[in-house]
Amino acid sequence: MSLKSLILAASSALALTAGAAVAKDSIIVAMQLEPPHLDPTSAAAGAIDSVLYSNVFEGLTRFMGDGSVVPGLAKSWEISDDGLTYTFNLQAGVTFHDGTTLDAGDVKFSLDRARAEDSTNAQKALFADISEVTVVDPQTVKITLAEPNGSFLFNLAWGDAVIVAPESIDNIKTNPIGTGAFKFANWVQGDRIDLEKNADYWGTPAILNSATFKFISDPTAAFSSVMAEDVDAFIGFPAPENIPQFEADPRFQVLVGSTEGETILSINNKQAPFDNVLVRQAVAHAIDRQSIIDGAMFGYGTPIGSHFAPHNPAYVDLTGNSAYDPEKAKALLAEAGLADGFATTLHLPPPSYARRGGEIVAAQLAQVGIKAEIINVEWAQWLETVFRGKNFGLTIISHTEPMDIGIYARPEYYFQYDNKGFQELMADLNGTTDPDKRVTLMQQAQTILSEDYVNGYLFQLAQLSVAKAGVQGLWTNAPTQAADLTAVSWAD
Amino acid sequence: MTRNLIIGTALSSLVLLAALVSFVWTPFDHAVMNIPAKLQTPNLSHWLGTDHFGRDIFSMVMVGARTSIAVALVAVGIGMSIGIPLGLTAAARSGSGLDELIMRGNDLVFAFPSLVIAILITAIFGAGAVNAIIAIGIFNIPVFARITRGASLSLWQREFILAARVSGKGLARISAEHILPNIANLLIVQGTIQFSLGILAEAGLSYVGLGAQPPTPSWGRMLADAQTMVSFAPHLALIPGSAIIVTVLGLNLMGDGLRDWLDPKLRVART
Repeated sequence: MSLKSLILAASSALALTAGAAVAKDSIIVAMQLEPPHLDPTSAAAGAIDSVLYSNVFEGLTRFMGDGSVVPGLAKSWEISDDGLTYTFNLQAGVTFHDGTTLDAGDVKFSLDRARAEDSTNAQKALFADISEVTVVDPQTVKITLAEPNGSFLFNLAWGDAVIVAPESIDNIKTNPIGTGAFKFANWVQGDRIDLEKNADYWGTPAILNSATFKFISDPTAAFSSVMAEDVDAFIGFPAPENIPQFEADPRFQVLVGSTEGETILSINNKQAPFDNVLVRQAVAHAIDRQSIIDGAMFGYGTPIGSHFAPHNPAYVDLTGNSAYDPEKAKALLAEAGLADGFATTLHLPPPSYARRGGEIVAAQLAQVGIKAEIINVEWAQWLETVFRGKNFGLTIISHTEPMDIGIYARPEYYFQYDNKGFQELMADLNGTTDPDKRVTLMQQAQTILSEDYVNGYLFQLAQLSVAKAGVQGLWTNAPTQAADLTAVSWAD
Repeated sequence: MTRNLIIGTALSSLVLLAALVSFVWTPFDHAVMNIPAKLQTPNLSHWLGTDHFGRDIFSMVMVGARTSIAVALVAVGIGMSIGIPLGLTAAARSGSGLDELIMRGNDLVFAFPSLVIAILITAIFGAGAVNAIIAIGIFNIPVFARITRGASLSLWQREFILAARVSGKGLARISAEHILPNIANLLIVQGTIQFSLGILAEAGLSYVGLGAQPPTPSWGRMLADAQTMVSFAPHLALIPGSAIIVTVLGLNLMGDGLRDWLDPKLRVART
């Protein structure tokens, strides 16, 4: 090495250290999955929301880190007495990142686009009750519902209901233009997405100047990238077994929260012998939830007894209905005429909760005579065979949408649960706005699912995030798929 | 007997013994999970510790040997039973269109990267031990066909073959009665080497999740499962890793030793 290059190397090293000392106004956040494109209103992929929700796109209402729904682009609203008309007053002075002004026309455009016949919105059910969206004046929009919907404000907070502009809609998949505190800067496919601060933000501006999302799907690589401090935070860390090491390391902080992910052993309710409730009950009693949480998730996760999140105020603990009791499971199988057990399939998608949990579930089912053949599948294959094809016996999956108990009212949904009573109850719930009544109805719904043993309810998926010790303001829980960086900053 | 042969045979027999014994006895049931007892380091009760589900690793390694050996053995069997007749035919009809057809077909199979094709096969027909066997077996065919043809060609020029032809024996009969016995030693050596490659291929396929499916233990999958836990439970990866090394080393040493031992030229030199 010549003297000149030595000096160069030394000076650039100096520059790097100097840079690191000052540069505390940016953050590198890692996540497991990369978004397929950047339009949250036309795809189911949660990774899109993880990057863009609240950072780039906002809706009329929004979720906070604790799961509450607060005003977003709508600063206030009035609801008519019959619960059918919502009048939203928009925030003043909101501009999109391309400089255009947000007005009631954009809201109408966004909602009409989402609920249109040819819309590719992944959650069209959110908008199903809307009969008309009318522009009253540039700052006011009126939404008329066909029937009352108690969770309408909650629905509008979803990432699928964010407000987009007609001017920028053509390129939204590669160049998303929203109203958020960050604007989209750059996307290097397969590697990262850069966001930068929106100087003209209407609300409390972001503290950071820029943010980078990096995508690291391999759990081993995820571990090394955090350990090597290549990333400042990892949201949704994929390997729970590594969490104790981060906890023991003063360089890092670990955030253990809850997600909306009810992790369940889905049962094909239309396939024999699972069409017999006794068999489903036997499956439920054959499963030891705590073993699965300890073995697959290294202790992170909360047991659930129905399809409902334990952190929801309306939650009832129904795990007792399906306590671990292999003897009872065998007796139930015998009662169903299957004393010798039977064989079925267990499709497992890639996440470790499914792959590892599935091995444990298969071993536990084997104890009562149910021979579940493990079939490991990739996501595309899972969607094809299980979700769309309904060609499965059992599968393990985490349902990460918030408040999604309504899927049980859809008989064509992949686990094919068809119960008229439950469907009426859900219709009742949708029509009820009184909070106390809603709680009662939701508790009834949980109980029905639990007593019908629709699926094997395992645990509520934990949200595990690791960050450098100085990072503050990250969400601990994941009330929706999001990595909201608008309030994130570095401690001095 | 050379030192290589003795060490190689000893190591290979050890693995074979473990696999055979596992049919009648293992310290624990390899499939039974005991989650409270997970991630134990080697101790008096669990000689090689327990994995992340609390299964006994020693038992899993024993049963895993069975999987590895079975896959590799059948794969080599497929290669030999198809490759050798092809090679013999090609040599017997040397220079003919049939010879060309067989050998160019072999070149075609050879030209594909074997593990990639194995992944393709298991991806299309589903992951599992049987498909892994077929995938690995297919790539053993040209190896045996080539070596058989090459060795047979020189034999066809020899006087004793000429004598056999003069006495009226057909091509097939000469191939079976005179050629095959004279190239058997070569094939045995090659078989040993292919066997060790088969073990590696099985481990590789299982590592990417395309080999034997759980709950059947497999060394490759044990390695893959251990990957995120290496930093705090290194024995989870070291043990199946060592099992693979010992087996492959043993088979390679044995192959080397066998070659020296069976080679008539070297045998003459020794005496």
